[in-house]
Amino acid sequence: MIRLDDTSGSAVAAAISAERHRQGSPTTGMVLTMLIVTDEEHQADATAAAVTAARQHPMRIVSLIPRPGRGEPRLDAEIAVGGDDGPGEVAVLRLRGPLSGHANSVAIPLLLSDTPVVAYWPSDAPDIPAEDPIGRHAQRRITDCASADDPLAELQRRRIGYRPGDTDLSWTRLTPWRSVLASIFDQSIAQVSSIQIGAEPVSASAALLQTWLGNGLSSPVELVDTDGLGISVVRMSTSEGDIVIERPDGATALLHLPHIAESHVALPRRDLAELLAEELRRLDPDEVYEKTLMGTHS
Amino acid sequence: MAKTEQPDAHLNPLRDPQDQRLPRVAGPCALVLFGVTGDLSRKKVMPAIYDLANRGLLPPGFALVGFARRDWEDQDFAEIVRASVQEHCRTPFREETWRQLQSGIRFVAGDLSDPAAYEVLGETVRELDKTRGTQGNHAFYLSIPPSMFPVVLEHLKSSGLAYSGQPDSWRRVVIEKPFGHDLASAERLNDLVDAVFPPGSVFRIDHYLGKETVQNILAVRFANAMFEPLWNANYVSNVQITMAEDIGIGGRAGYYDGIGATRDVIQNHLLQLLALTAMEEPISFNADDVRAEKVKVLSAVTRPGPIGEHASRGQYAPGWQGGIPVRGFLEEDGIPADSRTETFAAIRLDIATRRWAGVPFYLRAGKRLGRRVTEVAIVFKTAPHLPFDASSVHELSNNAFVFRIQPDEGITVRFGSKVPNTSNMHVRDVSMDFQYGDSFVDTSPEAYERLILDVLLGDPPLFPRHEEVDLAWRILDPILDHWEDNGAPEQYASGGWGPASAYSMIERDGNAWRRP
Repeated sequence: MIRLDDTSGSAVAAAISAERHRQGSPTTGMVLTMLIVTDEEHQADATAAAVTAARQHPMRIVSLIPRPGRGEPRLDAEIAVGGDDGPGEVAVLRLRGPLSGHANSVAIPLLLSDTPVVAYWPSDAPDIPAEDPIGRHAQRRITDCASADDPLAELQRRRIGYRPGDTDLSWTRLTPWRSVLASIFDQSIAQVSSIQIGAEPVSASAALLQTWLGNGLSSPVELVDTDGLGISVVRMSTSEGDIVIERPDGATALLHLPHIAESHVALPRRDLAELLAEELRRLDPDEVYEKTLMGTHS
Repeated sequence: MAKTEQPDAHLNPLRDPQDQRLPRVAGPCALVLFGVTGDLSRKKVMPAIYDLANRGLLPPGFALVGFARRDWEDQDFAEIVRASVQEHCRTPFREETWRQLQSGIRFVAGDLSDPAAYEVLGETVRELDKTRGTQGNHAFYLSIPPSMFPVVLEHLKSSGLAYSGQPDSWRRVVIEKPFGHDLASAERLNDLVDAVFPPGSVFRIDHYLGKETVQNILAVRFANAMFEPLWNANYVSNVQITMAEDIGIGGRAGYYDGIGATRDVIQNHLLQLLALTAMEEPISFNADDVRAEKVKVLSAVTRPGPIGEHASRGQYAPGWQGGIPVRGFLEEDGIPADSRTETFAAIRLDIATRRWAGVPFYLRAGKRLGRRVTEVAIVFKTAPHLPFDASSVHELSNNAFVFRIQPDEGITVRFGSKVPNTSNMHVRDVSMDFQYGDSFVDTSPEAYERLILDVLLGDPPLFPRHEEVDLAWRILDPILDHWEDNGAPEQYASGGWGPASAYSMIERDGNAWRRP
């Protein structure tokens, strides 16, 4: 860890490069730059998750922490390059005083040449991420409705401010559920007449799943509150009987299909690093997310 | 994709073609594994099945049925699988995943030649179809010696297990190399398999084709603008395809004696690498179109004569390798002292097309060589004119483009660059490296994972068809016959790069082996 106090964006970039040279590997295989815009409360978890995800997607992680207040504008930086934490490069930057409104000027010299940029707001994302000065650099902009006080209201903000390239971790969290549900319909199954989703109250993920299932299966979907973690049950009624996936403990699910013995399905809840790693796998616009998000408006 | 055996025309309402996140998950099915105690089953197949389940790529309705002559119950077999998985799995061992797999594990005890055992097997898979929901889809994985194929295939046929009888369920069979030991035996094997399963249901596993780096050959060649213009006889001097192992035959004497390096790896892996490196652009990446190009280029392969001058073979002699004393091939347990099996083979092949006329393709494979490495090296001609003093370019050799298949998967480009801090223009070779693992760390599943998933999905592009197998034998049979009639292999020092004749063979053409 290298500390640079009262420094500049270019000096941070030069310090990272110098550290690489010192370690004997001046050129690196970094595949993207991730800009994290965060407050002090969320910065440690978000940066740590990105560092773990960098094992799969070697990247430069730039955490920008605005610290507005009176006093002179000032940039303080902490840098870590390579080492035991993984192949990535990390710069945690505190933007003090009036500089907190000009994060973009600090970020520009730190963008790696000719590789994609991803922006991530662990909380408090702008209304229109694509038009934010930081978001404008990024082809992929990641937000997280679940961190808001009212996730459902936040989901509607995301819908109104959506531009291609936006995604939200409440959508990413659904992938294992969607995968299991989709694999059930790889076979011909009787027409689904109604669907019930049981989830913890006020869940943006549950709202997205409700829309996605309703769109795909052309069936009414009812959302009910349950005590379990996240989504705990999906019940689909067909003329042959009910199809039920239950996950009471948040890890292993039981699948009941008509006429077939129940079976176990691994459906673990994933940590933030795994979610980010999934996000970084594809960087082009997620059109299915767009369709689903637009459908959450009722 | 051309899916000859895909009965499922049904459209899944939850699968949007634009969906980037949902993986392709295999449909419900049972995998019947013959030869459950073999190394391959325990070290590769079982862990790959677990890793697939752990990545969410196996459906809830998946079952694994073991078949062997052991006095085991289902639980005993499940314990064997669990032990193999825990020892060899690539992804973390998770109880949840294991529970999902375990409830679908069955074992059928019986002799491979006992019709009654196949009756029990039939009852087992029918029971799974009902209770587990495998829906009549069965894949038979023959991880057994080829000598046992006829009896197993015959029983699969006579017991009716090989036929589904329903339009929307499938049967598939998976076989491993060796696919015969010469053209005649390969054709017999094909006839045997074809008599039971239709061609689209036969999956020959060449695990090299499941490797990401091998598939990347096609991506690099056909997705980029900057390489393909140089990929021809105008610029390429020669191509060197090497598969070197640093180990000896170990405990595999029974398999290896009488087979040798040519049949073991050149016939399949190296000729497939040659085909992918040399073939023309396919009109699409579906299985039939890629195969058409591979078959075309393999059909154009010729052998320069006389064979003795363009092929070399050897046996490793006792010696020192990497600081450790090692035995010679003829001293290995289970190898007769007069064995003429080659542990090293190098051959030159030519390709009679406009693109490759005059460019030798050197293939070499061997055991107890300098280090473990597999690579395809495209060696370019020297620049037509060098406006430098002779002394300035003394250290400059041919440019080279290398696909590193293993280890350190990636690409190396070798070219000349000015040495800094010299007053005159002094040029020396430098290497530029692309490491696969640096850029795509998460995309390196074991080849077996990819291939087993493709079998269950019925997706054939990565499996060689019998035309390719036949063509490979047509290329190699005359060389093997020549060796059969001409004395014994030359001894070579362990830990080096093969016998003297391998060097004289390439130097005769004015070329030199690259040190891999």
